[in-house]
Amino acid sequence: MDMQVEQRKPAPYMNPLLAGILLGIVLLATFVITGHGLGATGFTTRLTAWMGMYVAPVATNANDYLGGMVEDGKPLSAWITWQVIGLAFGALISASLAHRIQFKLDGAKFLGGSKRPWTALIGGILAGFGARVAAGCTSGLGLSGAAVLSLAGFTFLGTFFAVGLLVSRFLKEEK
Amino acid sequence: MGTILSGILIGAAFGFVLERAGFGNPNKLTGQFRLTDWSVFKVMFTAIVFAAVGLMVLEKLGLVDAGSLFVPPAFLGAAALGGALVGAGFAIGGYCPGTSVVGLMSGRIDAGIFLVGLLLGTILFAGIYPSIEVLTTLGEFAKADSLPDALSISDLYINIGMVIAAVGIFVLGSWMEKKFKGPVNSQV
Repeated sequence: MDMQVEQRKPAPYMNPLLAGILLGIVLLATFVITGHGLGATGFTTRLTAWMGMYVAPVATNANDYLGGMVEDGKPLSAWITWQVIGLAFGALISASLAHRIQFKLDGAKFLGGSKRPWTALIGGILAGFGARVAAGCTSGLGLSGAAVLSLAGFTFLGTFFAVGLLVSRFLKEEK
Repeated sequence: MGTILSGILIGAAFGFVLERAGFGNPNKLTGQFRLTDWSVFKVMFTAIVFAAVGLMVLEKLGLVDAGSLFVPPAFLGAAALGGALVGAGFAIGGYCPGTSVVGLMSGRIDAGIFLVGLLLGTILFAGIYPSIEVLTTLGEFAKADSLPDALSISDLYINIGMVIAAVGIFVLGSWMEKKFKGPVNSQV
């Protein structure tokens, strides 16, 4: 039978200390090479502007937040775009080498049970909105901001974990 | 190095390490908030401390110019509010923006839905931007952008404190994980 790939057991995750050191090396190299840290929502914001250019060009051009990004007609032309494309490839390579690619709706056990699609959507909306308020996400402001010992980075991480802890109390585990 | 090449290579290393750590798995990621899996704290603290100490050493050696590094401005109210919203989104949705890409690439449909939400949240923000623009510059701390400057002490002491805190996180986290039958593994 040709089911061998799917039957192969997923490899265990890496030791967190080792993963943390490797992530630290990547983060340090990013600062040395580019002068800034790692990120994610810089790209999704530009992607929003790019889609707006085609779906609603007039509204996007006139928008106070996205308008500046579409002025030159190339909102995706930025380092962060390539970094997120690389992020996707790197994750794909790692997951595939470790036999950890599985098509499934994950997280239902802890995050809403049958309402899992809704918790994923609402969580995404909150995170997308919040990252614009703070001008950064867990990677861009939390991780990278703390590495340069910035007050904004530490503040972000503080409320991020405090509110995360609090909110997760309200999600019931499905038995 | 060219923009495209450096972006793709750095991004690929970033994504590879996140997936290795198990950060495409929403059960593992949110285990940090249930205090049953401390991998998020352990990996993040280690990376922050490694990069912070590394930057300090490279600056002292004259290999990195501290003035050329991007330090986010101290709009502390905006950072606190944004952090709270991203934290709530993480706890409910199971991912943060970067890790949702990792989740999607390992085949998780819920991560794709989270990403759609991320775009919707951005559209919502942009749509009402004129009336909430004030939130993005909330609570500016005018005196300094970084902790060593704010406290007028050397970054060496801050870094020593962070190393001690990181060791504490590992000890406390591993103890808590043992109480809860160990961290989430790749087969859950």
